[in-house]
Amino acid sequence: MNKRVAITGMGIISSIGNSVEENFQSLINGKTGISTIENLETIHKEVIMVGEIKLTNQQLAKQLNLSEDNNFSRTTLLGAIAVREALENANVKDINDCRSGFISATSVGGMDLNEKYFYEYYNDESLHKYINSHDAGDSSHQIADYIGLKGMVTTVSTACSSAANAIMLGCRLIQSGQLDRVIVGGTDALAKFTINGFKTLMILSDTYNTPFDNDRKGLNLGEAAAFLVLESDEIVQKNNKKVLAYVSGFGNANDAFHQTASSENGEGAFLAMQKAFKLADLKPEDINYINAHGTATPNNDLSEGRAILRIFNNKVPDFSSTKAFTGHTLAAAAAIEAVYSVLALQHNLVFPNMNFKKPMEEFNLIPQTILKEKNINHVLSNSFGFGGNCSTVIFSKSE
Amino acid sequence: MKKSFINGVGCISVQKTVDAAFLAEVELTTKESVVFAKQPSYVEVISPSFIRRMAKGVKMGIFTSTQALKEANLAMPDAIITGTGLGCLEDSEKFLKAILDNNEQFLTPTSFIQSTHNTVAGQIALGLQCKGYNFTYVNGAVSLETALLDAKLQIETEEAHSVLVGGIDETAQHNIDVQRMAGNIKKQEDLPCSILEPTTKGMILGEGASFFVLEEQQKESSYATLDAISIQNSLELNEVEQYVKTFLNNNKISLNDIDLVVLGNNGDVEFDVYFNQVSHFFNQTPQAYFKHLSGEFYTASGFGLWMALNILKEQTVPACVKMNSIEREMYQTVLLYNQYRGKDHSLTLLKKC
Repeated sequence: MNKRVAITGMGIISSIGNSVEENFQSLINGKTGISTIENLETIHKEVIMVGEIKLTNQQLAKQLNLSEDNNFSRTTLLGAIAVREALENANVKDINDCRSGFISATSVGGMDLNEKYFYEYYNDESLHKYINSHDAGDSSHQIADYIGLKGMVTTVSTACSSAANAIMLGCRLIQSGQLDRVIVGGTDALAKFTINGFKTLMILSDTYNTPFDNDRKGLNLGEAAAFLVLESDEIVQKNNKKVLAYVSGFGNANDAFHQTASSENGEGAFLAMQKAFKLADLKPEDINYINAHGTATPNNDLSEGRAILRIFNNKVPDFSSTKAFTGHTLAAAAAIEAVYSVLALQHNLVFPNMNFKKPMEEFNLIPQTILKEKNINHVLSNSFGFGGNCSTVIFSKSE
Repeated sequence: MKKSFINGVGCISVQKTVDAAFLAEVELTTKESVVFAKQPSYVEVISPSFIRRMAKGVKMGIFTSTQALKEANLAMPDAIITGTGLGCLEDSEKFLKAILDNNEQFLTPTSFIQSTHNTVAGQIALGLQCKGYNFTYVNGAVSLETALLDAKLQIETEEAHSVLVGGIDETAQHNIDVQRMAGNIKKQEDLPCSILEPTTKGMILGEGASFFVLEEQQKESSYATLDAISIQNSLELNEVEQYVKTFLNNNKISLNDIDLVVLGNNGDVEFDVYFNQVSHFFNQTPQAYFKHLSGEFYTASGFGLWMALNILKEQTVPACVKMNSIEREMYQTVLLYNQYRGKDHSLTLLKKC
């Protein structure tokens, strides 16, 4: 890669806030979004904790000024809210005034509707308007239509690394001159499907998740959406745009170890970080903060920790996982963490890895546990997913 | 800038596309509203214990990717990129039914593990021990086209020298049921139907998998170069012609340079009008169609691409896919146009090498 890609806007909705500013306030005040379930019907309500957004679908639809008879899934509703904020933040008035694209990421798509009406569809014709939402790409189409984007629209689904990959594709389309502007990110709503799926894998915590702690019990699922507006240098210069930060490198590799588990030495994670450094033309010592994947499952934190130690040659910079705030938001995770990485660069802050008490016995890795102020020029963000997917994105300061 | 040569292909479809001469025997799919892919014997490429456990889509993906790699004589690609509209439906439905039928109790993880959209790409990487770039796109009728666009970019920028690209979609019962309810699938009483002169709404649902090896190097097995791809979310009917013209201009080719247009007509009277626009624009050019052989599904365009590549190699358009009687002495340049229900338009340009 020969040029960095400018980030000119961002938007987010998560369990710690309905906007970039609200998320920032929660991050600096140590306010977690992990709670017991209120909106979703599940028998596991009492035994798990999640990062749930405390707004109903009706409330979300109202915020978007949708008509009563809309057929948006929760995934689409969350995505549209984050996209709208990102476009306002980037001061985009006419989405089609240049070659604009939209690249979303989702793992569940409209699963919330599909699981609710799976059998009801057979008896209730009034529900048939929701049928096409099962298709993951449908949420992207609906969001694109909501913002009036006519050009390139596509969707990435590589499980929990999806949004990092959407960011990567967006950067490559701008670098290759195919697009002038692209909105990239991801959206995933909580669903019974994923709650039960992760429960069968026995990696859900019954309490607050504790990334990189020796006694970690697993992850809290969360829901969120976040999007970045990426623009070419030409558009930035022509419109005298304010650049929030740059994407300066990225890497994608496959662990090729197991469908759901990461290899013990974190080979895929190591390769993804290695590629990102090469593309960014940066060295490990240039990184001031790592926003780790850190899901707080026994497997991930060990594997990622080993990969980090290896690539940083045991000289690990300040790092933290923000999943203790938000839970693991699956396909949206890398997008919300991209927003947090940009906030870290803008405010020169390392956000805390909450709930950490006891270092893991396998190695000497201690995350940053309280908010820390220091000069930050480069942030590395990791995301890994089922299917061996490993992704790294490096964000750099705008000066 | 490096070119992308397509050096190997694999295709499982409703037709005999494994171990048979190119469209030598075909059966029209216009009598049933849902048509299923002919399943090959998987024993040569998948161990028997896995054959039982794997969903159809995963098996079709592994089989066709193996075929494509073999033909290209490539042991290990630098990247694996797949597209799937609906992903691993069988396992998703199985897990969801188990959740609902047993009130979220007594569940086992197997079908959940295999339900993610990137299962096929992950399983191929695992089988090959391929640690390279691995992506899956899930955007309706441009799922495969995004994968191809990404692969072409990888080769152009020399991020990869070889890329394994594929499109996979499987049918599953609940999805068939609800797609019928939504009116996406043709009613039984409207069958058999004509694809080229449609009178009724909806499509004939199919399934299948197709894989392609893209490489920067030309080989003896090369079919064509993948010269350009365009993806467009939505178009009004009266914008289609301009969309095609802009694409041709951007790629510096004239209308007459196109020797064959491959169209994705699926017999839906409501939306095939999009194809009519392109057909009319190219009224002096040979035209072919394929969904009367493959059925419609989000990655059916993979069958169309497989067909176009074979036409370029064999230099003849089989009678069963011709839309008009115009012929060319040589078939050098092929343009494919696809869309589904007025969404996810794509143009793909191939050149004989």
